[in-house]
Amino acid sequence: MRRRLTRLTGVLLAALLVVGAAATAYAVDPTQLSDPKLQARYLALTHELRCMQCQNESLADSPVVLAADLRAEVRDMLLAGKSDDEIRAFMVARYGDFILFRPRFNARTAWVWLAPGVLLLVGALVCVRVLRQRAALLTDDSDPVEEDVQT
Amino acid sequence: MSRFLLPLAVFALLVVVLAIGIRHAPEKDIIASPLIGKPAPHFALPDLADPAHTVDSRSLTGRWYLFNVWGTWCFECRAEHDTLLEVRNAAIVPLVGLDWKDDDGEARAWLAQLGNPYQVVAVDHSGRAAIDWGVYGAPETFLVNPQGIVVYKYVGPLTHEVWTHDILPRVPGHPVAGS
Amino acid sequence: MLPELGQFALILALLLAGLQAFFGIVGPMLGRERWMAAVTPAVAGQFVMVALAAGCLIAAFVGNDFSVAYVADNSNSALPLFYRVSALWGAHEGSLVLWILLLAGWTVAVAVGAGRLPPRFAARVLGVLGVVSFGFLLFTLATSNPFLRLDPPAADGADLNPILQDPALAVHPPILYTGYVGFAVAFAFACAAMLEGRMDQSWARWTRPWTTVAWAFLTCGIALGSFWAYYELGWGGFWFWDPVENASFMPWLVGTALVHSLAVTDKRGLFKSWTLLLAILAFSLSMLGTFLVRSGVLVSVHSFAADPRRGVFILAFLVVMVGGALTLYAWRAPRLRSTAGFELGARESFLLFNNVLLVIAAATVFAGTLAPLISDALKLGTLSVGAPYFNPTFMLSMLPLLSLLALGINAGWKRGRLKDKERTLLLTLLAAAVLACAVVFGIYAHGKVLTPVGVMLGIWIILASLVDPLDRWRRSLSLPRAVLGMTVAHVGLGLAVIALATVQSFTVERDVALAAGASARVGSYDFRFEGVRPVEGPNYGGTGALVVVTRGGAPVAILTPQKRQYWVQRQLTSVTSIRMSRGNNLLVALGDDLGAGRWSLRIQIRPLVSLIWLAALIMAVGGTLAASDRRYRTERARESATAGAARPAIQSP
Repeated sequence: MRRRLTRLTGVLLAALLVVGAAATAYAVDPTQLSDPKLQARYLALTHELRCMQCQNESLADSPVVLAADLRAEVRDMLLAGKSDDEIRAFMVARYGDFILFRPRFNARTAWVWLAPGVLLLVGALVCVRVLRQRAALLTDDSDPVEEDVQT
Repeated sequence: MSRFLLPLAVFALLVVVLAIGIRHAPEKDIIASPLIGKPAPHFALPDLADPAHTVDSRSLTGRWYLFNVWGTWCFECRAEHDTLLEVRNAAIVPLVGLDWKDDDGEARAWLAQLGNPYQVVAVDHSGRAAIDWGVYGAPETFLVNPQGIVVYKYVGPLTHEVWTHDILPRVPGHPVAGS
Repeated sequence: MLPELGQFALILALLLAGLQAFFGIVGPMLGRERWMAAVTPAVAGQFVMVALAAGCLIAAFVGNDFSVAYVADNSNSALPLFYRVSALWGAHEGSLVLWILLLAGWTVAVAVGAGRLPPRFAARVLGVLGVVSFGFLLFTLATSNPFLRLDPPAADGADLNPILQDPALAVHPPILYTGYVGFAVAFAFACAAMLEGRMDQSWARWTRPWTTVAWAFLTCGIALGSFWAYYELGWGGFWFWDPVENASFMPWLVGTALVHSLAVTDKRGLFKSWTLLLAILAFSLSMLGTFLVRSGVLVSVHSFAADPRRGVFILAFLVVMVGGALTLYAWRAPRLRSTAGFELGARESFLLFNNVLLVIAAATVFAGTLAPLISDALKLGTLSVGAPYFNPTFMLSMLPLLSLLALGINAGWKRGRLKDKERTLLLTLLAAAVLACAVVFGIYAHGKVLTPVGVMLGIWIILASLVDPLDRWRRSLSLPRAVLGMTVAHVGLGLAVIALATVQSFTVERDVALAAGASARVGSYDFRFEGVRPVEGPNYGGTGALVVVTRGGAPVAILTPQKRQYWVQRQLTSVTSIRMSRGNNLLVALGDDLGAGRWSLRIQIRPLVSLIWLAALIMAVGGTLAASDRRYRTERARESATAGAARPAIQSP
């Protein structure tokens, strides 16, 4: 029994280590800017901008020609000394806000950014209310809870 | 009592949102162009017919024109070609083509074989001009007014319906065609 | 012949599901014993018919029957047998058949286990499940019939999407759907309770094992999907906050809350309306996920072919099922009051926080996923959010939850008595902090601020989970399976937290251009590119590269990434090569031919990534262990203290 279990575990672990199987095409972008700071900004920007053709992929990962062109555009702008904001503005002027994976914070997008915070606030209020209620209902009777208490 | 109705109320709102989503679903692929109402981007590119000659967008101002982005590699561009010929034959609005990321020889052969609906074709090998126009998937067609402002953009192969119902009515002096 | 049989079987199944629904719901209402007795045979019949239909479809695939349109669209004679079977759920119509089959399976299981449930209640549960089955069968027959024929038959099929020709695919949808669909059982139990107008305290105990097992399957299914994405998409990502992923993650979050809320209802008769709502919500989110994936309202990397017509049908179905359940809730829930109390530091408090935070997390993911739809409906323009939104907002609710976990596990019911454990808990916290710093700074020598915090939380959760079991062992007390299962699951969670914090911070990635014989150094490994050669498979051809990995001169691994072109679909796909080394995953993917013998390659080193899925597996095992505790099988109807709607509940002994 023990040996079978060990073998099964071995098989499971092996399965976890299985070599990759079929995947889909994606971009490998060996662009290397000589200045490491520029290279870091290049990587950050291309990951943050959406590929407009394969809309769920970033510029960095999308294999289509448009993405390659846009990456080249980003690279050229970085080499020309443009700031990250200027590059983003360039893209948004042409493709709209949709090209940004991180939506900006303005009147039209505020609701989605504020929603989690508002929910947490409401949640906190609910908790406070329930806790107060239940603490008040706590009586001193010897009402036993089941023996195996910890579940 | 009322807080138990809250989940149902939220659900009702959700259903409304989803229903609107379904209604708009066929247009989901089309992202509103930020260029509408703005000046058409400038370009100065080689002419497909004569690469020594430059097509400058400034020479296009003063009249309405349709700016059509295409390529021989683009399957849907083949599908819209007949409509483009129809547009040329109507002789109301000239077609200016942008041959995007294409091979010049193949492009000329394509036009020779299928007919050339364009008044002039500019060649964009680098893709820069297309990016300036916010192109993300050929074919795309823009309607530009005499002041050089982009007034309409259509993404996808141009059809007779789009030509008669969406483009022509925007050109003054031309009522909607029959069918 | 077989496809006709399959179609006929589906129609019969529809009728039987209708009968099951009718007798199950109307029977108890009118007190008709014979009608209630007819439910179980209807369940059995429906299952047999659905199984028959599925069998016919599989036979069509295996036999290469290209007169069936679905087979022609998704298979090919060159497709290996294994994938011909799994192609059954490769596209919309077939995946629905899988859904229905699994729902029928769950229903049979509930019918078998219904022996110890009161007959009227059992009939209602099966009746509600019948309504769900009926809806899905109707949807399939009306809009998504997999048995449609092609006349004349296709000469050969269009082949299965190459992305789907992967071993993980064969297992991912069935396991995932088993979880998704399993929440229908909790939903049915909730509806039955609401239809009865009362919630026995035993109700929670009956519902718990079903829900926990469904949850375990969903955990595995999601983990498999993530594992598959890691290999499929090739750039080492395992979670993209894609709408389809979120569609399975939301029910999981709510399902986790449900599993815990059921514990409170079981133990103390509290949180009844919470538990009801969570049960409704979990399955509603499953159904919503079905809608999102198939209706074309959202853009996604792996959604099914979009069709708004189908969207309308599912939406109508949602309105009936979820709207109906929530109306019942609004009607019945107000009467489910309890007068039990608990103090601030009690386990109930922590489980309250657990409920609230998990629901908020689910709501956050919901808001982000549906942001495009909501923004469009409110005429606020196009808005779409991705990881840069989800990651921070998800963390916002998860961090508090993970921080409180260690305390919650050790708090007692009703009166927390955490003071008694103060020293132990502080010790575990300290140990966790020390270990975290050792791991983060010792092994990896760098990191962002959140990394040691994340690792520390993970370790603390593990240590805190072990406090009670170790204490019991020390005092020679019994360790019920439910407690063991809970411990294992929480340990799994701790491991997942450690893995995630590590992967996020310590992944190294570089894209390089190399000629044959050239080397690139990434992290502490050297990757030497040895050139490419042609490769061929059963239904594809392409190019394979050889990359030799060494560390400090010593050989570590040989990686063989490929670029394949599948003959039929002509799709170019990249196959990443992945090997393990000292707990790290080494990934190499082949890019483009840059000419002159140079190729671009993507190299990544991802530490501890496999631990994520191992941890998920451990969580699922823990859940299954807990669900198998004897208590759930011997439970008879407890003397109800909430009988009748008017009387307030009193604490049952």
